[in-house]
Amino acid sequence: MKNLIELKNVTKRFGGITALNKASLNVSSGEVVGLIGDNGAGKSTLIKTLVGVYSPDEGDIFIKDKKVEGWTALKAREAGIETVFQDRALCPQQSIVWNIFMGKELTYPFGFIREKEQIREANRLIREIGFTSKLINAESPVGNLSGGERQGVAIARAIYNNAELIILDEPTNALSLNETQKVFDFVNNVKKSNRSVLFIGHNIFHVYDISDRFVVLDRGEIVHQLNKSEISSPEKLMKIMKDTISKH
Amino acid sequence: MEKSQSYLRNYFHKNGRAFGSMGYFILLMLVFLIGAPEAWLRPNLHQSVFVMMPTLIFLVIPLVFLVASGEIDLSFASTYAVAAYIFALLVKAGIDPALAILAGVLSGAIIGAIVGALIVYGRLSSLVASLGVLFLLRGIILVATKSRSITMMNELESHWVYDVLVGKIYGIPMQVLWAALFVIFCYYLFNKHVFGVHIHHVGDNYVSAEQMGINVKAVKIKAFMFVGLGAAIAGIFTTLITYTFFPTQGFGYLLLALAAVFVGGTPYWGGLGTIIGAVFGVGVIAYMEIGVIAVGMSGTWRQVFNGLIILLALFGHRLHGDRVR
Repeated sequence: MKNLIELKNVTKRFGGITALNKASLNVSSGEVVGLIGDNGAGKSTLIKTLVGVYSPDEGDIFIKDKKVEGWTALKAREAGIETVFQDRALCPQQSIVWNIFMGKELTYPFGFIREKEQIREANRLIREIGFTSKLINAESPVGNLSGGERQGVAIARAIYNNAELIILDEPTNALSLNETQKVFDFVNNVKKSNRSVLFIGHNIFHVYDISDRFVVLDRGEIVHQLNKSEISSPEKLMKIMKDTISKH
Repeated sequence: MEKSQSYLRNYFHKNGRAFGSMGYFILLMLVFLIGAPEAWLRPNLHQSVFVMMPTLIFLVIPLVFLVASGEIDLSFASTYAVAAYIFALLVKAGIDPALAILAGVLSGAIIGAIVGALIVYGRLSSLVASLGVLFLLRGIILVATKSRSITMMNELESHWVYDVLVGKIYGIPMQVLWAALFVIFCYYLFNKHVFGVHIHHVGDNYVSAEQMGINVKAVKIKAFMFVGLGAAIAGIFTTLITYTFFPTQGFGYLLLALAAVFVGGTPYWGGLGTIIGAVFGVGVIAYMEIGVIAVGMSGTWRQVFNGLIILLALFGHRLHGDRVR
């Protein structure tokens, strides 16, 4: 598997507080990495560093094994790193196709929309990601979709934006079992297309089910990086997390 | 089967509100037809409606854009008169009426942009701020004109611009054709153009729109500008038709135009709107204005019916469904 993005000894400080301390992490193409850690462990600092909102105070960032100087949000986007926000950034009264192309519409000269092309592409994207219901197509309003399906629209939009690494921030929060399964199906389809996912969650069972690898953060440090083969059950993962927290 | 079901569902989602306002229009026509058939079948009644409708269309359709973007404007009723006043002043100064029209329309767009920028950058409530501008502009006009009107019979009567804009072709007033063209243009602008699409997104969820790279402030200011432009066109058309600028003109359209937007099926909460529905909304309001008198009732009844129609329209929105989040 090829390295997609790699952080080497990245440190980020805010005043006297070290939010991220010599964190090293790599994500390869086509893998799902689960990121877990208690509140305040540094998850959001790590994500914001990945997407270029923060540039590291120390350490290096490599994209496909090439070192990048001056890490910014624009460079992160160019490298194909897309975040699906917790609130999914959707417009519920508009159609799926309008949401997928929001802000990046395909147009003719003078700004008129290439409607048929957009609808064709949106239908292809939502089928690719795993929408199966014939009741839903590109022109269905997002407001008619369930929570899991809305997550799917946001993921489809990230794919349209040429995402190679999709960061999902608590994507199964407040979802029913059924809906969570839908999100898992979407993530598996993303993986099949050789894209990567960084899955952030509070629910260890969800993270365990979907991830190939686990990264455990604590007090700004990456304390464990474990392959799924090393952990036989979510309970074991839970125990590892509890042990790290009880150490201090 | 399932496929046609989803097609129907999507079709209803897209067009349900337009059908609703078409329903009000048909209902109103039936009430008048049954209530006063003789008056209703007289052609000159419909002619006078057709004189009023274009003016309202130029006012109401841009308001649909603005309301769909999540804002409101009241100042258009004064912008209407400012544009007409600038037009009249220039014509009286000996400037060619065609150029004077351009200047008037431009002034409307500029006023709209200023109002929009004030509201967007000053983070003011659009309802209250535009109410302020409404009074301010009207006051300036009343002071500047000393409440006197300006007649331009000689300058306009024989000018080509009069024939092109408000003359008659095969008995149809030209302004009806211009208004029809405007509706078609706006339909495409609203539904099939980046501007219209962004209006929907901004009104629906401006935080999301911003996150996805849409310039929310610019979209809103453009919508205000469009309202000013429409109001200026409406004001100048009316002035051309009557050859006269009145300092109070346009004030009477304030509530009628807003009523037409909402009766026309555009909900107040933003993110949705319908151009075709707004045309029927204009139809309802225009026929109400003229029809009530035509069927022999006192004009004082008009407001009663307008009020009832607005309330009915609100219940119609409820039937179509509340805002989805």
